Amino acid sequence: MRVVIAEDLALLRDGLIRILEAFGCQVVAAVDNGPSVLPALIAHRPDVAVLDVRLPPTFTDEGMQAAIRARAEIPGLPVLVLSQHVEQLYARELLSDRAGGVGYLLKDRVSHVDQFVDAVRRVAGGGTVMDPEVVAQLLASRSGAGPLDELTAREREVLGLMAEGRSNAAVAARLFVTEKAVNKHINNIFSKLRMPPSGDDNRRVLAVLAYLHGEDGRRPRTPA
Amino acid sequence: MDGVRGLLRTWIRPGAVTAAQGLLIALLSLTTHVALFVLSLVSLLLIPVFGVGFALFPVATALVRYCAGLHRRLARWGGVEMATPYLPAPAGAQFGTWRRFRWVVSDPATWRDLSWLLPGAVTGAVCLAAFALPLYGLEGLLGLPLVLHLTVGFGYGPFWPIDNLAEALLCFPLGALFLAGGLAAGRWLVWLHLAFARFFLPPTRTAELALRVRQLTVTRADTVDAQAAELRRIERDLHDGAQARIVALSMSIGLAEQLVGDDPEAVRRLLAEARETSGQALAELRGLVRGIHPPVLAERGLAGAVRALALAVPLPVAVTVDLPGRPAAPVESAAYFAVAEGLANVSKHSGASRAWVELGHADGRLTIVVGDDGRGGADPAGSGLAGMGRRLAAFDGTMVVTSPAGGPTVITMELPCELSSPRISPSSGTG
Repeated sequence: MRVVIAEDLALLRDGLIRILEAFGCQVVAAVDNGPSVLPALIAHRPDVAVLDVRLPPTFTDEGMQAAIRARAEIPGLPVLVLSQHVEQLYARELLSDRAGGVGYLLKDRVSHVDQFVDAVRRVAGGGTVMDPEVVAQLLASRSGAGPLDELTAREREVLGLMAEGRSNAAVAARLFVTEKAVNKHINNIFSKLRMPPSGDDNRRVLAVLAYLHGEDGRRPRTPA
Repeated sequence: MDGVRGLLRTWIRPGAVTAAQGLLIALLSLTTHVALFVLSLVSLLLIPVFGVGFALFPVATALVRYCAGLHRRLARWGGVEMATPYLPAPAGAQFGTWRRFRWVVSDPATWRDLSWLLPGAVTGAVCLAAFALPLYGLEGLLGLPLVLHLTVGFGYGPFWPIDNLAEALLCFPLGALFLAGGLAAGRWLVWLHLAFARFFLPPTRTAELALRVRQLTVTRADTVDAQAAELRRIERDLHDGAQARIVALSMSIGLAEQLVGDDPEAVRRLLAEARETSGQALAELRGLVRGIHPPVLAERGLAGAVRALALAVPLPVAVTVDLPGRPAAPVESAAYFAVAEGLANVSKHSGASRAWVELGHADGRLTIVVGDDGRGGADPAGSGLAGMGRRLAAFDGTMVVTSPAGGPTVITMELPCELSSPRISPSSGTG
């Protein structure tokens, strides 16, 4: 798998390269500033880009802007954005083109090396991976109104894990239940959220997130 | 119909207001000024009589100040702003004390008030014309002279007495003339009185500066206190939190180093523990950083940061932003924390179903409105709102809270500031 990395701190950049190469990825380019991100992506067309939100020269959200521009230039280019903090605002922006293949993780998560590499692979495969903290914020801030209230505690748990981008098997393992039970929960969730089930896992996660973001129009809320 | 309403709006109502102002000013001036002047003079003359003058003069001054205060308030009604010029009372300056006397005597505003009393009485008395002339005009317009001429014999305007019916009928045009002239002159008379008062009653440039210094001293002390408390909090959080965790982390790693050959299972456990601890330390640092300067504010400026705040509130928040540029960083930060506090109040106390935040900039002032449709009854003296007010005061900002029982609650904040040119990096238009 070919990867492009954008990270300004040498220590972290080297760490990322080391981890990814240890797990059989090929780091084709590693840049340390905002303006060189897009040219590197266009030149190398990697399978996935791993970008830090904050990059020189402005040290604001150059990485986030680069990710959004890159996906406009190269539709569907998988990008995994890393940040010292997570904001719903940024998650919403990353998901706004609804093409899948996006991830948004706290930098801390890199220390769970196997989970981090798994996230990189899932994003490269077109999946959507959101940091558990984003999911927690979304579930917390959306409570009190709408069909989400109809979910049982267990179903909310399943929904959260799905939004983090986990497969049914991973959800089952995490909750110590069978995959069949997970399937049942998911079907319940979709019927309660009035979403017809589809065969595509990533699409479903995207749909859930879009729903959680309150992006109406795709699926108008029915009056209670 | 429109013509009548237009007449009412442009001519009659302001005329009536001026007439009432003139009457109030005249009554105040005629009844009190001379008496107060005499009282002050007598109390000054009584100073050689041991004790009496010292006790009496501050009393007279207090009355004079009250009277001058009424004139200042009347002036505000007439659109002329005058600040209160007096020096603050020192501690322990009760009536009858030497301290009180010294305070009163050493304030130049005392003597400016005194020197204004008599001339103010003259211009104030003249203001009676602003009321009397239109009233006289009304008398003529209503035909009273005509009626009185026919019954008892009477005079009006230049005709004393009215000799024939033609002269009596002239009272109608004469009345209109008096009314129009009185209303027109009234504005000038009141203006003249206020302009004259403005010469004596507001603070002098020096007093103004002294007042400003006093205000700045207070807000600076508040700011310094708040900063010191904030630093103490940060120090404590670092010391008890992240720092302690990192020590534990290095202990786990050190122990793992020792055990690496003998007990790989224990090493694995220790490393897992170390990773866990490092995660907690990071989470604590993140919380701390957010409290000092939220990263999203650094990355997206006030508009983006307020949008991010709104997303984290568990009720729908409509955000409207009209900022052609970015305020200076400290102002931006103060504004951000004010909005954060406001929204935290909304979600904690208001019971609202929706809220709104408006950011705008006009005439060198940043305006922030945080509103909700909740139950109202917010207490501006409560610790949260008072803290917001103090934070804004450090930047000469103001805060107005309206929160009638039953709602809605609207907090309007204003911060004087200039905007820098808009940032170049575009934001992606979502949210």
